[in-house]
Amino acid sequence: MTFAEKLLAYKANRSSVKAGEIVFCKPDRLLMHDNAGAIIDKIAKELGEFGIARSEQIVIVLDHTIPAVDEKTATGHKKIREFVEKYGISHFFDVGVGVCHQVMVEKGLVLPGMLAVGSDSHTCSYGAVNAFATGIDRTEAAALTLTGETWFKVPQSIKINLKGRLPEMVTAKDLVLTIIGSIGADGADYRSVEFRGDISHLTMDDRFTIANMGVEMGAKNAVFPVDEVTRGFLKGIGVERESYQEFWADPDAVYQQELTFDMEQIVPVVAAPHKVDNVKPVSEVAGLDIQQCLLGTCTNGRASDFAIAAKIIGQRKVAPKTRLLLLPASRRELEKALDAGDIQTLVEAGGVLLPPGCGPCLGAHQGVLAPGERCLSTANRNFKGRMGCREAEIYLASPATVAASALTGKITDPREV
Amino acid sequence: MKVWFYGDDINTDMLFPGKYTYTCSKPEEIKPHLLEDLDLEFAKNVQPGDIIIAGKNFGCGSSREQPVVGLKAVGVAAVIAKSFARIFYRAGINQGLLLIEAPEAVDYYQPGMTVALDARAGKVKIGEQEFSFPKPPAEIMGIVEAGGLLKYTRKRLRESQGRDE
Repeated sequence: MTFAEKLLAYKANRSSVKAGEIVFCKPDRLLMHDNAGAIIDKIAKELGEFGIARSEQIVIVLDHTIPAVDEKTATGHKKIREFVEKYGISHFFDVGVGVCHQVMVEKGLVLPGMLAVGSDSHTCSYGAVNAFATGIDRTEAAALTLTGETWFKVPQSIKINLKGRLPEMVTAKDLVLTIIGSIGADGADYRSVEFRGDISHLTMDDRFTIANMGVEMGAKNAVFPVDEVTRGFLKGIGVERESYQEFWADPDAVYQQELTFDMEQIVPVVAAPHKVDNVKPVSEVAGLDIQQCLLGTCTNGRASDFAIAAKIIGQRKVAPKTRLLLLPASRRELEKALDAGDIQTLVEAGGVLLPPGCGPCLGAHQGVLAPGERCLSTANRNFKGRMGCREAEIYLASPATVAASALTGKITDPREV
Repeated sequence: MKVWFYGDDINTDMLFPGKYTYTCSKPEEIKPHLLEDLDLEFAKNVQPGDIIIAGKNFGCGSSREQPVVGLKAVGVAAVIAKSFARIFYRAGINQGLLLIEAPEAVDYYQPGMTVALDARAGKVKIGEQEFSFPKPPAEIMGIVEAGGLLKYTRKRLRESQGRDE
């Protein structure tokens, strides 16, 4: 069996399942964020009648419109806090703790061998810690709140072998963008993607970046095996080895597709507007003016991302006609970057520090673009209108490329500054 | 009945911009912004019974369900695409919006051709050519037949407590 078959069989209390079958399971976690208010509204009457299925299944993190953008979002947050209080939801994280996906992983709420769903497409991030994790819509989150159970079609799987080691100034973001550019935005539609090979050099942060982008190739989940890197990370956040179960594919598992990427050959790349699979080497677009740089988000807002940016920028200043926004993935990552002095470096260079959350990534507030502007961003999407303006352009890149480009005000190869 | 014809990888930001996702949840709030970053004519001119035909990976991107809720609310009869992104496809089941994966039918379609849908029979006729499409899997037909996931869930919960809907 593949990872997906094995884990879904286990969760469905079956000895084995095959790709294509439909199984019913009770996910270990159900994540919601600011959309919890709209989810609760859908089932207001049923909540009074039936209550919730399992309070420990539910995790709510306020991150998308924080601090509240207007009276409407503030009222939504208040409603969520009242729900949390009334139903005794212990896994609740209020404004400022971080982006839900980062919080799920760093608080140890999602562990190897878990089945997690979330009313957010980037729920696939938890494959970094060997979980089967996938996005659902609000309606399904509402039904799950009441019943605790949903259906899963066991996906076909794709095996991606990673060989070698990434060169200097080339990051996991360049790797995953290259993979998406190669297989396309629908290249893994409905399927489970298993990463393997020479992964010991990929840190937990690298794996998070890669798994986070799984949905941008259409994947149902994107997963790494457990190794010493995973075990070390979990130990570091206080998770005992006895509290999780590692899962991985059998050697004779059947795959729909097998791909190999040589990490030595990866170069700095961008995803050009308006599709994530429109991937080009930085050298092809170098010199394009940029008005805004976004460094952060759940894709690349960890202390290691600020560290590489601070190392590149050093004592220099951001280009005069360019704005640099810093968006930490969580308070914990912000604290680590503060301790390292990297936030100080980036703020002194001209960076604007935003609260840990989603902010400009979805165009709701904090760094909305104007018509004709171009943004270079470490986020995961460059869709038209994504940052609040349909006549603006978004290029996606690594934190190294964003930092180098913030210095010059033009898209710049990080190996050249 | 009008056919709205779009290309590949139409994402949910184009179908319903992210900037509205936390302020518009109800059908009446969603309708004016439907397909806003794809086709400004759509929200103004869409009529009940209209059909959308599109390329591969329709509905990719965010898990927001407003596009599906909105398309259902304005009375779109079906979206026929070469393929759908999975969260969007699931949202179609959850809202009772008919999503038809029929790559040959999409390849055959040329703007101006007539499109006749017989959902019950699982058939769509484009021009003079008929294409059939499969029904949802038996395990989830209950959701489809109930008219969506919330109706199905209410029914199940009430049944489990020995009460009528």
